[in-house]
Amino acid sequence: MSDRPDYDFCASHDFYGHSACPGCGEKILFRHVLDVLGPETVIVAPAGCAAVTDGVFPHSLSPVPYLHVAFGATASAAAGVRAGLDMSGRENVTVMAWAGDGATFDIGMGALSAIAERNENVLYVCYDNEAYMNTGMQRSSATPPGCWTTTTPASRLKSEPKKDIDAIMAAHRIPYVATASPAFLDDLKAKVERAKAIRGLRFMHLFSPCPPGWKSDPADSIAIARLAVESNVFPLYEVYEGERLRLTCQSSSVPVADYLKLQGRFKYMSEREAEDMQRAVERSYAALKLRHEKSKVCL
Amino acid sequence: MNRVMSGNEAVSQAVKLSRVQVISAYPITPQTSISEKLSEICGSGEMDAKFVKVESEHSAMATLIGASSTGVRTFTATSSQGLALMQELLFWVSGARLPVVMVNVNRAMAAPWTIWCDQTDSVSQRDTGWLQFYCWSNQEILDSVICAFRIAEELLIPCMVCHDGFFISHTHEVLDIPEQNQVDAFLPPRKAEYKLDTANPRTFSGGTMPSMFMEFRYKVQAAFERAQGVIDQTYEQFEQAFGRGYHAVEAYYTDGAEILLIASGSAASTVYHTVRQMRESGRKVGLLRMRQLRPLPVEGVLKHLTDGAALAVIDRNLSPGTGGVFTQELRAALHRNGVDYRVHEFVGGLGGRDITAADIEKICDDLENKTADPAGINWVGLNR
Repeated sequence: MSDRPDYDFCASHDFYGHSACPGCGEKILFRHVLDVLGPETVIVAPAGCAAVTDGVFPHSLSPVPYLHVAFGATASAAAGVRAGLDMSGRENVTVMAWAGDGATFDIGMGALSAIAERNENVLYVCYDNEAYMNTGMQRSSATPPGCWTTTTPASRLKSEPKKDIDAIMAAHRIPYVATASPAFLDDLKAKVERAKAIRGLRFMHLFSPCPPGWKSDPADSIAIARLAVESNVFPLYEVYEGERLRLTCQSSSVPVADYLKLQGRFKYMSEREAEDMQRAVERSYAALKLRHEKSKVCL
Repeated sequence: MNRVMSGNEAVSQAVKLSRVQVISAYPITPQTSISEKLSEICGSGEMDAKFVKVESEHSAMATLIGASSTGVRTFTATSSQGLALMQELLFWVSGARLPVVMVNVNRAMAAPWTIWCDQTDSVSQRDTGWLQFYCWSNQEILDSVICAFRIAEELLIPCMVCHDGFFISHTHEVLDIPEQNQVDAFLPPRKAEYKLDTANPRTFSGGTMPSMFMEFRYKVQAAFERAQGVIDQTYEQFEQAFGRGYHAVEAYYTDGAEILLIASGSAASTVYHTVRQMRESGRKVGLLRMRQLRPLPVEGVLKHLTDGAALAVIDRNLSPGTGGVFTQELRAALHRNGVDYRVHEFVGGLGGRDITAADIEKICDDLENKTADPAGINWVGLNR
């Protein structure tokens, strides 16, 4: 055996299928985002569900170049890919970081903030399933209050609010921040189109249902994603330059309880906690709506 | 062209001459002046490279993982805590076979806080799969960085060039700066066989099962086993092109030596100075200067071992519980080669303490009088 790496990696387009769980939101999102971005894309992904379910060496489902990196390294590695491609005259290629909430909200937060501050020409996408699902459902700072995980057991559910990653990213005054959902694909694809056309750091936060982690029926993934938007738990909007905010989907004021009841992860929540969540969601949405109206005036 | 410059400035010159395309670094004493100079020459356009100014050393190495994966030539520099913060990615770089070159300006590891020199930072990264070189002069730094790119790109093994903080990094010397066209001829642009390329999409470093992982590691080991040949050949060609050569182990005053001292980095230059003076007064003392830790150039040591000479390693580093790392490495390598030879162990100079000529004479006295501990650590300059 020689010492040269003859690992020819993978003829990725020859390989179909993935090893994700039934009803996985991430794989639906991945397909549709890539549909829009097209073949002139390079993906950088850390440890997480996406990395594992892309395929085990020498297999990979990715139709575009895909660089696996260490957990906290996503944002910086993406900036490095960008720098390398730019130095090789390949400025036209989109560099997309594709990372879960653990890699984004937690271990990769410092590096993400840094590439935002430097406004690197990278599309950073977070698929958010609200916990460390790949390691088996441990809480992250994206986990909502009242939620069961293996590290927030029934005896001590998570009590802290979910980190507002979108506000944090918008506060860096990057060109584009957007939330999107697999239940609203037209909205998702339109946002990816817009993100693709913008230079600088673009941050997209995608809602990614996880049946094993959320203790939900795989057949309900899209229904849950829809209810998350309709109950304003996960409102769809975009923010330009950290200033102008636009809600992209009308709220239909579905009770939060309707969203909660399809998911076993919320079954230990008390009535009081559920009411608190309803009020918190209403407050957050009212604030977004206000900014939406003000942004219209500013136009 | 001759110019006076510091060790750190020599690094920046070498990086420029090597036509590095992506640089990423984070400030840390005593490395910082490398980053400052590179920022200046990247900013002015004197050098055509992207300098990605990151928020941590972890991100500096992560940036280079991304950049090097696109096929370009990459560089970073760090010290001490910064090197330690990079550690998981040091493994990543060598496992991914990325020919990153890094300069580590040796500085002791805290606690307690210190900015001064010892080699514990880099020697403790010996298992991460990087080649490691140790320099004793500014000229050697410049030459070694240029050679490091060729060696790393040939072997697909990352390369760390180390020099001692302050003793070398901030000391000025006269250097011969090669012409750009000479360096271009010696070091052509990197040709990456595997890279992130949309015309040929591949997936890199994905999940690997027990049935395949070991072969990845075997290949890294095989590359290290081939490394000394590639290193020697590179320095030979360097000598042909530039008239200056280096060996993995440099021998000084070893003819008929009854005492052989082994040292690296700036401590070796003090040993050299002392040995020369001792030779003048008739004492048979010699120096073997170790230029590498990985691969450990044991053949270079074996060549100079003579029956009966007392052998001692002066280690400016400490692996608590065993002792000096060069000593332990050499003992293991001699044993592996079936050589039964006593290696005396001297540890000193930690956290920037001087290893003086008087210290070195005392080491020789202790060896001659057999008052040195033959098995345990002999501390140099310790205030007990």
